[in-house]
Amino acid sequence: MADRKHDDGWAGLLPSASPVRFLTDSGTPVRGRPAYREPAPELLRAAYRAMVLGRRFDTQATALTKQGRLAVYPSSHGQEACQVGAVLALDESDWLFPTYRESVALVTRGIDPVEILALLRGDAHCGYDPRRHHVAPQCTPLATQTLHAAGLAYAERRTGSGRIALAFAGDGATSEGDFHEALNFAAVFKAPVVFLVQNNGYAISVPLSRQSTAPALAYKGIGYGVRAEQVDGNDPVAVLAVLAEAAAHARAGNGPFLLEAHTYRMAAHTNADDATRYRSDAEVDRWRRRDPIARLEAYLRRRGQLTDEDVAAVAAEAEEYAARLRAAINTDPELAPLGLFDHVFGAPTPQLREQHALLRAELQAEEVPA
Amino acid sequence: MTTVDTTTMAQALNAAMLDAMDADERVVVFGEDVGALGGVFRVTDGLAAKFGDDRCFDTPLAEAGIVGFAVGMAIGGFRPVVEMQFDAFAYPAFEQIASHVAKLRNRTRGQLALPLVIRIPYAGGIGGVEHHSDSSEAYYAHTPGLKVVTPATVADAYSLLREAIDDPDPVVFLEPKRLYWTKSTVQLPVRTEPFGRAVVRRPGTDVTLVAYGPSLPVALDAAAAAVEDGWSVEVVDLRTIVPFDDDTVVASVRRTGRCVVVSEAAGFAGVGAEIAARVQERCFHSLHAPVLRVAGFDIPYPPPMLEHHHLPSVDRILDAFDRLQRDDQPDTRFLALGSAK
Repeated sequence: MADRKHDDGWAGLLPSASPVRFLTDSGTPVRGRPAYREPAPELLRAAYRAMVLGRRFDTQATALTKQGRLAVYPSSHGQEACQVGAVLALDESDWLFPTYRESVALVTRGIDPVEILALLRGDAHCGYDPRRHHVAPQCTPLATQTLHAAGLAYAERRTGSGRIALAFAGDGATSEGDFHEALNFAAVFKAPVVFLVQNNGYAISVPLSRQSTAPALAYKGIGYGVRAEQVDGNDPVAVLAVLAEAAAHARAGNGPFLLEAHTYRMAAHTNADDATRYRSDAEVDRWRRRDPIARLEAYLRRRGQLTDEDVAAVAAEAEEYAARLRAAINTDPELAPLGLFDHVFGAPTPQLREQHALLRAELQAEEVPA
Repeated sequence: MTTVDTTTMAQALNAAMLDAMDADERVVVFGEDVGALGGVFRVTDGLAAKFGDDRCFDTPLAEAGIVGFAVGMAIGGFRPVVEMQFDAFAYPAFEQIASHVAKLRNRTRGQLALPLVIRIPYAGGIGGVEHHSDSSEAYYAHTPGLKVVTPATVADAYSLLREAIDDPDPVVFLEPKRLYWTKSTVQLPVRTEPFGRAVVRRPGTDVTLVAYGPSLPVALDAAAAAVEDGWSVEVVDLRTIVPFDDDTVVASVRRTGRCVVVSEAAGFAGVGAEIAARVQERCFHSLHAPVLRVAGFDIPYPPPMLEHHHLPSVDRILDAFDRLQRDDQPDTRFLALGSAK
């Protein structure tokens, strides 16, 4: 049970001294009683399913880069508990502000996978409708989206919608000024926003020791008066438990919540990166033994909440999902070059109309359908 | 309707925000010192008192934060009008402006438009210490997706700011700080020409002098002084740099056959250079002389006691007129170019 309240004073803002865990590396319950409410079995089963689907998506997307179907893909492998947990701990109408690495979160929100991959295939900057899904475009300039989440959350508080926002960020992004300004603005304006930092140990190749000497990144909350916590990001039970508390904290009008999730990027930064240049196989192997899906599966099986049939059914569903994705993405996207001018402004300027005519003439000369 | 016999540009801007806030409760004004103080130039004076802290409020001192927060609020249905305290202090917000404010509509194919206004007092001529006098318009004008507006008259200050707040797109609203205290007899509210329309402030037949924002008064003074030299100068006030009014500028230059562009920003790669290029492309066969630019020097903005040497003056503009080949002689300044081995 969460018993630390915002009005406990500054000490109540501090994170736990070590990451909150419900599960050991092998998926058995930890000794002692965590200070957070354990998620309901149905939610854990939903998280298991979403993580398996997410990982299959991730594997498929990585394969698509090798086939030349995607220009690039930043893998979420290993970070599924964070990305799935973030979506399942929130309501469907709450806003997400993802980075380029949050494809698995977007899959979990229910966005069409081909629409998610439009950015990385290269046919659109954002393939889905942000308003329909309440998901901002995946953000590439680090930490810039955290400010949008703070502003949006404040707008939701002002209109009394009851909605909150969740901003994703990585460990490297916590060094960016915008991250600090977002924490500060959110605190000053009591914006209902959860900042979820997935600390996967590396900003591309640069290790955490070069980003910060803070005891943990979660300690960056106290300086802004922001309640913070740290969690084992590969423990899906703990991630869901703490995020539920974080969302409730924000929704109840207590302002922002900073959560650092300790996790690991099992693959390289993207398919274009070579992780062997900056980290050891032994380190990767240590994290492989903390796999979030294996841990949750072991935990649920042990409690009789997941059967062989369940596992097989989810695996089959994941294969179907991947097959549908392959079929859909192997169809070339329809490109409309003249659409380049459509959304620069609400209405095109005279200069854009001239350039539109120029491109149309070029297309006609090339006999490319406009 | 407020009737003001003599109003300053700062008061007109203030009235524009007040009327916009009255008309639409989604309009919110925020930034540094805009609340109780009313802004360092008093442009937001009285807004917090009239509309309350929810509608006009001070923020932490962080410009990227102000603009990024405004992006989120605009997605959430508000129409933010944010103030950057000075031109050079807006630079921390540049990433937010260039990567998000300018692009979000385009990135989301029209789903997330950003109706927000970034007000920036800009340019020099007020004896400001360093970092208080930058002409930063080219940075914004070079960024597709931003409208860039700069009034030079009191009536335009009101009308263009009202239009900026109503506009569905983000507007960088550049306020020439040395014109804040210029007065005019204007009855507010007033509506002038819309975005994308330049205005002929003084008709003439021999040369077109293109100016905007802080340079308009010196352009008009130069046009008046040039009469003595026999020049009939037409002065065009751009008003909106983006969208740019090619039609009005081109029509004027085709009539006059000569064009001088005045802008106090550093000339190299500046808005003046863009205008000169556009005029040359569109009016080549009407031109009797090369298009000339009168600009600030390509130097960091000078200390206040030296700024008058930097800023385009009436004399520098008159000197440009002298080079307009009324008698079809080449410009001697450039004769040596290209001859060196």
